[in-house]
Amino acid sequence: MTPYDDTSGQPGRPEPQADPWALVGLALALFAIDPAGLRGLWLRARAGPVRDRVQGALATLAPRKLHPSASDETLTGGLDLSATLATGEMQRHAGLLETSGLLELTMAERCPPGLAARLGQALDRKPQLALIALDEAAEEGEHLPAALADRLGLFLDLDGFSWSETTELTLSPALIAPAQARLHRITSTTARDRLTRVAADLGISSLRAPLLAHACARAHAAWRGADQIEEADLQIAVALCFAHKAMHFPEDAPEPDQPPSPPEPEQAPEEPRNSSQTDIPEEMLIEAARSALPPGLIAQLQAARVARAMGGPSGAGAKRKSLRRGRPMPSRAGKPGSGARVDVIATLRQAAPWQKMRRAMLPDRGDRLLLMPSDIRIKRYQDQTDRVLIFVVDASGSAAVARLAEAKGAVELMLAEAYSTRDHVALVTFRGDHAELCLPPSRSLVQTKRRLAGLPGGGATPLASALQVALATADQARGHGMTPTLAFLTDGRGNIALDGRPDRAQAATETTRLARAIAAKGIPALMIDTSLRPKPQLGELAGQMQATLIALPRADARSLQTTLSAVLGG
Amino acid sequence: MTPFPFSAIVGQDEMKTAMILTAIDPKIGGVLVFGDRGTGKSTAVRALAALLPPIEVVKGCPVNSARPEDCPDWAELTAIEIETLPTPVVDLPLGVSEDRVTGALDIERALTRGEKAFQAGLLARANRGYLYIDEVNLLEDHIVDLLLDVAQSGENVVEREGMSIRHPARFVLVGSGNPEEGELRPQLLDRFGLSVEVTSPTGIETRIEVIRRRDAYENDHAGFMAKWQPQDAALRARILDARAALPEIRTSNVALHDCASVCLALGSDGLRGELTLLRTARALAAYEGATELSRAHIRAAAPMALRHRLRRDPLDEAGSTARVARQLAETLP
Repeated sequence: MTPYDDTSGQPGRPEPQADPWALVGLALALFAIDPAGLRGLWLRARAGPVRDRVQGALATLAPRKLHPSASDETLTGGLDLSATLATGEMQRHAGLLETSGLLELTMAERCPPGLAARLGQALDRKPQLALIALDEAAEEGEHLPAALADRLGLFLDLDGFSWSETTELTLSPALIAPAQARLHRITSTTARDRLTRVAADLGISSLRAPLLAHACARAHAAWRGADQIEEADLQIAVALCFAHKAMHFPEDAPEPDQPPSPPEPEQAPEEPRNSSQTDIPEEMLIEAARSALPPGLIAQLQAARVARAMGGPSGAGAKRKSLRRGRPMPSRAGKPGSGARVDVIATLRQAAPWQKMRRAMLPDRGDRLLLMPSDIRIKRYQDQTDRVLIFVVDASGSAAVARLAEAKGAVELMLAEAYSTRDHVALVTFRGDHAELCLPPSRSLVQTKRRLAGLPGGGATPLASALQVALATADQARGHGMTPTLAFLTDGRGNIALDGRPDRAQAATETTRLARAIAAKGIPALMIDTSLRPKPQLGELAGQMQATLIALPRADARSLQTTLSAVLGG
Repeated sequence: MTPFPFSAIVGQDEMKTAMILTAIDPKIGGVLVFGDRGTGKSTAVRALAALLPPIEVVKGCPVNSARPEDCPDWAELTAIEIETLPTPVVDLPLGVSEDRVTGALDIERALTRGEKAFQAGLLARANRGYLYIDEVNLLEDHIVDLLLDVAQSGENVVEREGMSIRHPARFVLVGSGNPEEGELRPQLLDRFGLSVEVTSPTGIETRIEVIRRRDAYENDHAGFMAKWQPQDAALRARILDARAALPEIRTSNVALHDCASVCLALGSDGLRGELTLLRTARALAAYEGATELSRAHIRAAAPMALRHRLRRDPLDEAGSTARVARQLAETLP
């Protein structure tokens, strides 16, 4: 932690906080005071002794553990078969979402959208339910599902702390109970309205955020032993509830030159401060939000949002359901055959309750287990879909013949790589007046190489047509359950319109529209500049397509391949 | 806690209008609400229940039959009595099992008494009412297939253990979801009569008002409901009036021609769009107290009735709402 640059001379600035760890302790205390109002805590931390200290304190709230791959039955309850068969009476076991109280979701970054949606619905419907999400996100692209991030009030990031900075945390009931008793007396419409304004200034569009922050400010006022919400309460609320959701900070607030350490406004429950500066403008609260976050985090959280809009990180195919391989999912009714495997245990479980009835119906079958076709449960798995790399190769005259050879070499190397990871490849080439799909998605290395080798060069550059064909191929691949990635090799100087006429202006307009369409569909793309001297147009095009732009390293296909594997995630 | 009052929802006029129109004419066929998080999508759907006029049902009938002779025999009703109930709005939770949707053998009776009996599912409970799916785009494929099948035939068929049960399952489908989490299959999209897109309000005063009302709803529940329930009652009365006026709305040949030409120009698939547009515009005319369907009604109803029925055009960045608006300006000046 760098020492906080001294801004305390300026009036109204949040005062420096010597101990950021104290804010962590405070957040836990606020959560303990009003879990129903704050709805939850998003704890971003890798497993380790620091997180253990936080979890140790939270253990006094007795959270029940929930795993991202929890079955539907764990969540919503179901028939307790063993108890039912033992007693001869129907016995249910309650699901985690049916009871009220505190849930702890471990490995929250692995939480599938279906579970996140269900947890979110449960939080909306049951006011007494609260959730601690332990987010161990390590890499870009891993993140707590937005449906949950939106609903949980508090956010803590423990990754910046070293063990020596931390101390044992305890949640003392002797301090929390009186604050809880005071909570209902505290209301403030001005505080609520100001928090709503600050949220809008920070670009937080969800309207849940101001309500959660208001609950946080109330809890903090109660914790201080006050009956009124004051500036200090709002600053804490903004730091804990808004900072991580901020989409942008207003331009007028200057960016600090030095990376700010997490400084927090004064927080001292023993000596309530009478900050009478009730007219501190909203900028001060925004500053409180800004300074509550470690430097890289905002960018990281925003990257996660983009990744989501792009349909997840590239490098692996999208999830799909499969009957044969992948991660197991709950089994469901179905017929065996056509590749499906019978889930024997689930089938037996399904059949068990009906045995008494069936024996009565079929008395001549004796003591055997009576199975009916409707009992059969088949296994299902979640699988990653196959990825298809669509190469779009510029064979026009403007892409010099020598460069074309290099491009071919690069494609061949990528093909080998794709072959080893069992990716599909497709090849689109363009020259003359239109682009064509030279090779539909296939796994045949030999065919691709042959087509590529026979590729003639020369002619005009129908770039718009290339984009159109690439988009159609990607769409079709998606329709077949594959995850497409586009790789363009071009110098970007399109001069043929979609209708085949040489019209540079028309071609440029069409290219832009198609590039935006590719971006809008969230198809990951890669643009490899094959020109001798890079021109700005290609950069623009890559921007419109939200593609990664890399220059083709001269006469070195091997280093290109290294770059590509890194970009594509292997 | 009583649901949030419909009238107290700030802004979101298109969403509110769409819901009111389906309440006036259930044949329009439900609403799909797509939009940002925390914009009150599910709040609005839950509030809708309070606006719907009550229905008469045979007491204890699992499929809410209006007449005793419509009650299924497996219901085993002993006495016949008619009672008035609120229109059912049934939640279809994510991760629901097929058995709970369609109904299945009563496991308790099979287990403890060895008897074969049918336990009705959500589809039975939603008959003559609404079926609400929150996060509809995350619904499992096999449940979607099942819903499509039942919505098409209006009948639920369960065959199991030598038992064959059929019962009517006619319901209005209401869905909500966040487009970031995934798209909907066109077949399912088509099942929704209307679709609306909601966004977070941008005006700061509007946002403050939303938070203020929510806070009052949570912390001064009785006072808040006392303030807004009369407005909900007035709205319900207006819906009933519109229902009564609906058959009297005159529809000229010009209006029919307008509907057809908009759908043709937009290239919306099938006749369903045209029919829905006509019904929605008529419901709107009835709601506004008009006696004749005018071009203004058609223009107002077209975006919600058609935007989810367009063929996808990868070249169009503007989105379907803008496409409908553009086409309307051209076709119905």
